[in-house]
Amino acid sequence: MNVTFEINGAAKSVDVEPRTLVVDLIRTKLGMTGTHIGCDTSNCGACTVLLDGRPVKSCTLLAPMLEGKSVTTVEGLAKGGKLDAIQVGFHAEHGLQCGFCTPGMMLVGKALIEANPHPTEDEIRWGISGNICRCTGYMNIVKAIQHAAAANAAENTAGVA
Amino acid sequence: MAVDTTEAAAAAEAARQAMGGIGVSLARKEDARFIHGQGHYVDDVVLPGMLHMVIVRSPHAHARIKGIDSSAAMAIPGVIAVVTGELLAQHKLAWMPTLSGDTQAVLATDKVRFQGQEVACVIAETKYIAEDAAALVSVDYEPLQAITTPQQAIEPGAIVIRDEKEGQTDNKIYHWEAGDKDATDAAFARAAKVVSLATFYPRCHPSPLETCGCVADLDPVTGNATIYMTSQAPHAHRTLFAIVAGLPEEKIRIISPDLGGGFGNKVPIYPGYVVATAASLLIGRPVKWVEDRTDNLISTGFARDYHMDGSVAIDENGKFIGLRVNLLSDNGAFFADAQPSKFRAGLFHIVTGSYDIPAAHIVANGAYTNKAPGGVAYRCSFRVTEASYFIERLVESAAVELGQDPVTTRLNNFIQPEAFPYQSASGFEYDSGDYPGAMKVALDMLGYDELRKEQAEKRARGELMGIGVASFTEVVGAGKGKDYDIAGLRMFDSAELRVHPTGKAILKLGVKSQGQGHETTFAQIVAEELGIPASDVEVREGDTDNTPFGLGTYASRSTPVGGAATAMVSRKLRDKGKLIAAHLFEADVADIEFAKGKYNVKGSPDNVKTIQDIAFAAYTNLPDGLEAGLEGVTYYDPPNMTFPFGTYLVVVDIDKGTGQVKVRRMVAVDDCGVRINPMIVEGQIHGGLTEGFGIAFMELITFDDEGNCIGSNFMDYLIPTAWETPRFELGETVTPSPHHPIGAKGVGESATVGSPAAYVNAVIDALSHLGITNIDMPITSDKVWAALRSKGVTE
Repeated sequence: MNVTFEINGAAKSVDVEPRTLVVDLIRTKLGMTGTHIGCDTSNCGACTVLLDGRPVKSCTLLAPMLEGKSVTTVEGLAKGGKLDAIQVGFHAEHGLQCGFCTPGMMLVGKALIEANPHPTEDEIRWGISGNICRCTGYMNIVKAIQHAAAANAAENTAGVA
Repeated sequence: MAVDTTEAAAAAEAARQAMGGIGVSLARKEDARFIHGQGHYVDDVVLPGMLHMVIVRSPHAHARIKGIDSSAAMAIPGVIAVVTGELLAQHKLAWMPTLSGDTQAVLATDKVRFQGQEVACVIAETKYIAEDAAALVSVDYEPLQAITTPQQAIEPGAIVIRDEKEGQTDNKIYHWEAGDKDATDAAFARAAKVVSLATFYPRCHPSPLETCGCVADLDPVTGNATIYMTSQAPHAHRTLFAIVAGLPEEKIRIISPDLGGGFGNKVPIYPGYVVATAASLLIGRPVKWVEDRTDNLISTGFARDYHMDGSVAIDENGKFIGLRVNLLSDNGAFFADAQPSKFRAGLFHIVTGSYDIPAAHIVANGAYTNKAPGGVAYRCSFRVTEASYFIERLVESAAVELGQDPVTTRLNNFIQPEAFPYQSASGFEYDSGDYPGAMKVALDMLGYDELRKEQAEKRARGELMGIGVASFTEVVGAGKGKDYDIAGLRMFDSAELRVHPTGKAILKLGVKSQGQGHETTFAQIVAEELGIPASDVEVREGDTDNTPFGLGTYASRSTPVGGAATAMVSRKLRDKGKLIAAHLFEADVADIEFAKGKYNVKGSPDNVKTIQDIAFAAYTNLPDGLEAGLEGVTYYDPPNMTFPFGTYLVVVDIDKGTGQVKVRRMVAVDDCGVRINPMIVEGQIHGGLTEGFGIAFMELITFDDEGNCIGSNFMDYLIPTAWETPRFELGETVTPSPHHPIGAKGVGESATVGSPAAYVNAVIDALSHLGITNIDMPITSDKVWAALRSKGVTE
């Protein structure tokens, strides 16, 4: 069947089996391998993408559910060669080690601070608790998200001034 | 003048940061590709004509195979082949050797011996088709009694799991002893007190977020075999592939691309790799096999599963004088522990830990059960974790029985700083340490005395609070090669450094990062030794065609061995640079000095040639008779292991009503010798403390009586999220390794080794006054609740 949607700002129309998981569509059909598969049961969040701005686990969505929607993957974070604040935060705070959970973590973090620009540590920890990281112990992921939140706040202040 | 001094210091600091040498928390060079989603993992490899493989697994823990019917699977369009053990047997590939000198079925032919065992492989045009077809492969099983504990396994008359092995008439695998039985017996004979502990370190799983997998690409025309593989040890794996599959080694290229974590899970060779490779050879097309999470949890390298029972003999002054440990290991259906071949229970004999115990005796026995094989060191140096857990738990028990604060018991028995190098009763020579020093830093950070007062007050009110102490010592960084090997390959490691004419360098290593940040850390070693900024040093790993032979990354050996090799090859080039500098200065080589990337003639410190000048001259302006180029390779065989250590302190509060344990504080003071990149070191410790937390409270692979694996997905095998994970407070002391070129010891695993005992000791510390002396991990609320109720404690 045909599914039409937008991914990272580009319109796509693809022919897929209805049972195709979104994560497989993104990785195999579209060749965007930044979205990962870690568990198959929606527990780990390595496959997280943004669907109309909300984080979802793409291993638990079927391709037809994308119809008319807008998807953002890790490949869509940097714009015009400029890193998103969340990417800067993860690099600056050593928020990644093996990098496997990183795309999902960054997307969850980005959605979190867009909804809540000044999150507390508890709010961040709760917000990312649907995503598993095996390497970092989360300490620096929390800092990375705080870093991005602070950068966004500074930019907004600068914009107002 | 103060201002100038400050400015000079600021300039020096700026130069230090720009160079990025040892001690600088340089942001990671490898991050760029990961934050762009451009990491390149095995499952990201796509080759023209690539097929997909799915494994058909046994639903039974123990059963005879009566027949396999793959006709329905083969009838699905897009299915290319169904590979069975019978087919592999025709190519002598139905069995393969393990890393412990046993054999393991690649695909079962006679019996299945654990639930999830590989029985057949479906190869198809897409993964979806392969999955569909795998469900249609019909296997006729005759179920047999399953054995799920080593105690059952060694009972006389138990059904023999490995009946295919000639001469195997029971389920015993090995018997191994270390230490001195007579001296230990004598110590126990004169002991004033003997304290005992029986504990079980349950089966858990490293579970890196990326599962295992490969893409095997055998070119039928050239005979070249390129295997992209989740491998922590690509060179060793190339050699084993050559031996197991009979492929010519010069035609095999193992590429271990970015790894999504490893933690020991990616050390063994798994049946999937072998079948995918054989299938690619037989079909003539590339074959991809990538596990799903259940495949990973039920069939690949588990960890621990050690039953430990032991005692410490204590004299009238409270000094430990002897240690006895009996352990029974559950190795699953095939003895596939990844460990040096001399040592049947890994390095468990480090069990004397941080304590000066003059006599020790360890007896270890292993048993086959109907459970998955593996026995990998989950973030651990070959069973050091089990040893560290046992001794730290036993010392806790000793403190309780002596009526002492557990800190006092430890301080009374630590190996003293002046006693290094220290010869342990079980045969190790500890390189360096200051155990009381690390303990003191930890106690101060925690505010130990205040918390003990708080605990006393709470206990008087009937509230449960505990403070756990663990002072671990690890043994990491294998070899030396004479004593330590993997499948006979000596455990040295390698570094090849090429400095290009423009002064930029490429460093190629025999080790392989799984997230540890080698591309940054090892560049920093070159920066320190040679004065080439870390930003100018590109690090390459994981491709056997393009890196020197090495044994790989596990057992915290990259920095102790590969890091030493990097320092030594840098020094080699530095020395060659002196010959070139002498030529350029028209001076005697004996008069050339080198510091921070600059050469000068003694007495003329201001007239310098930089390492970049020297590099250019190495290709453009050489003295007569000197070989061109500024390149070298070093194979480093360490003279000894390194012995990182530390003290971990944990504070817990326990709810009497629910049994829920909350970790309030976790202070970790690590001494891993010289820290190359402190930021990366701390990141390693954070990760290890979290995995230790998971093991202590959540992570469990267990089985029902029929051998069904409980813990086969992330809904049952619980991994800590950010919500449960404690907030860690880190401290450090620095006691360099005297034999390592830069004094570093390795740190990747310290926290997983040391922390489980600290967490459990905290729980026991909260409960010991009630007469509760042990709860086996994972410490779940229901276990604590039951223990409390058994002592009559209610809300």
